[in-house]
Amino acid sequence: MTPQPAPAVEIRGVTKVFNPAGANEVLALDNIDLDVAAGDFVTLIGPSGCGKSTLLRLVAALVESTEGNVLVNGKTADQARLDRDYSMVFQRAGLFDWRNVSRNIELPLELMGWKAADRHRRSAEMLELVKLNEFADHHPSELSGGMAQRVAIARAMSFRPGLLLMDEPFGALDEMTREHMQNELLRIWAETETTVIFVTHSISEAVFLSTTVVVMSPRPGRIAAVVDNELDTRDDSARDTPQFFANVSAVRKVLRAGEPR
Amino acid sequence: MGLNRLRGSLRAVIVFSLFVVLLMAGYTGYKAFGQSVDDAQTDWAVIGSILPRTDDLTMPSVFEIISGIFAEPRGINEAFGSIVVREAAFTLREAAVGFAVGVIVGLSIAIVLSSSRLLERALVPHVIASQTIPLIAIAPIVVIWGRKNLDFLPWEWHDWMSVSLIATYLTFFPVAINGLRGLHSPSAEALELMDSYAARRGQTLWRLRLPASLPYLFSAFKIAATASVVGAIVGEISAGVTGGLGRRILLEAQRYTTGPERLYVAVLFAAALGIFVFLTISLVEYSLVRRKGTEAVL
Repeated sequence: MTPQPAPAVEIRGVTKVFNPAGANEVLALDNIDLDVAAGDFVTLIGPSGCGKSTLLRLVAALVESTEGNVLVNGKTADQARLDRDYSMVFQRAGLFDWRNVSRNIELPLELMGWKAADRHRRSAEMLELVKLNEFADHHPSELSGGMAQRVAIARAMSFRPGLLLMDEPFGALDEMTREHMQNELLRIWAETETTVIFVTHSISEAVFLSTTVVVMSPRPGRIAAVVDNELDTRDDSARDTPQFFANVSAVRKVLRAGEPR
Repeated sequence: MGLNRLRGSLRAVIVFSLFVVLLMAGYTGYKAFGQSVDDAQTDWAVIGSILPRTDDLTMPSVFEIISGIFAEPRGINEAFGSIVVREAAFTLREAAVGFAVGVIVGLSIAIVLSSSRLLERALVPHVIASQTIPLIAIAPIVVIWGRKNLDFLPWEWHDWMSVSLIATYLTFFPVAINGLRGLHSPSAEALELMDSYAARRGQTLWRLRLPASLPYLFSAFKIAATASVVGAIVGEISAGVTGGLGRRILLEAQRYTTGPERLYVAVLFAAALGIFVFLTISLVEYSLVRRKGTEAVL
């Protein structure tokens, strides 16, 4: 038996109340405990209002918890943010349209004070990773939605963070592009050995991508179940296996159970 | 693409010139119409009787105005137009300095106010109220201040610099107000992205807020550039500064009856100066803000 590595993310007794003591007080997350081991691909799935995006933002230290602790690599979430331990990808690519593709990828490196030559070398590597080499000098307005999201992933991975936080990154893409992006993401995940926390409301996306599916239920946001998602193959061919369909059914069953009757 | 743009610019110049011809024709037509009412011999003169009449003093002919450009004033061996061009250059310098200082002041105000909601809510009313004070009230104060109380400066203070400051008073305002909107324009996600990279405030300002403000700022710059010309002319007049277009307009207004075409020439040159500064800003914008869907005026 291999020794258990220290978890990349530890969430202990986290509660989040929006507008505390106000007229529209909302208990967004109620007493959440969750461990994410290094190298895992964890998806958070649940209906809207279950607090999955809020939970991701707590890990990113973009939102502060009302109670409880979030540790990233053994540090507070905010310290991890300051140390650039993670990177975030949003539903909208959010590229800066006054920068070309390369300069968008180099944005975090500029913020970290990298030298120009190092930045250029790295952005070229990243373009290789997301297979967009010919588009280095293009402007974001010239890219399709899927290409823009690949640039956003390249930007997020540019400084090789150990942890990637993704908030419904493929939610705005059409089905064909979406499946292609999922394949690409799995390849990048395998190549870079990054830990991923991925928010989605698509069951098939969650089952196809992740090693662990965390099912959440709404009002207040709670973890309904943590499903180990074993798949013998992790590539496009997995989509048509009985194992994949069985896991989709299992996750669906847990999601249904959390619905109010 | 380059050829298309050239063709577009050429078309704009042609339409602009056609419009100038049209204006001159309309002007000449109305002048003739308003004068013929006096004869009261035609039927359509009845319609004319409810419109202001015209004469050579209120509406010198287009020919007179154009010859006014080339005529040499009595006792001077230089065409009137060339004198006015020199004066326009003097006013342009005042306006340009006023514009530059106004952009710096306006942007600084926008950056300070955008850093805190409290400051913004408390100080924006003051910025707006500043524009209700008429220039003629400020002008003498600024000029006298410049003459008496600025001797500590390492350079000599000239009256035209006071006029620039008066122009600044008009130019900082649109830059501050539009700049504030522009600095607030990035989406919540873009700001979260910068936060997730642990960007410092200055980095977020320089790499996100300011570039996102450019379209807003350039609309402000166009307004401010035109306003700086108005400010310089009004400033010259109310501060009694000689050498520029403002002084020229005041002078020609005073001796209007002896040469109405000269006032027309001076005003036309002032308008041309306004168009010139506007187009200059548009060209800078076109070369700087490369973005799909952004078209230069020329």
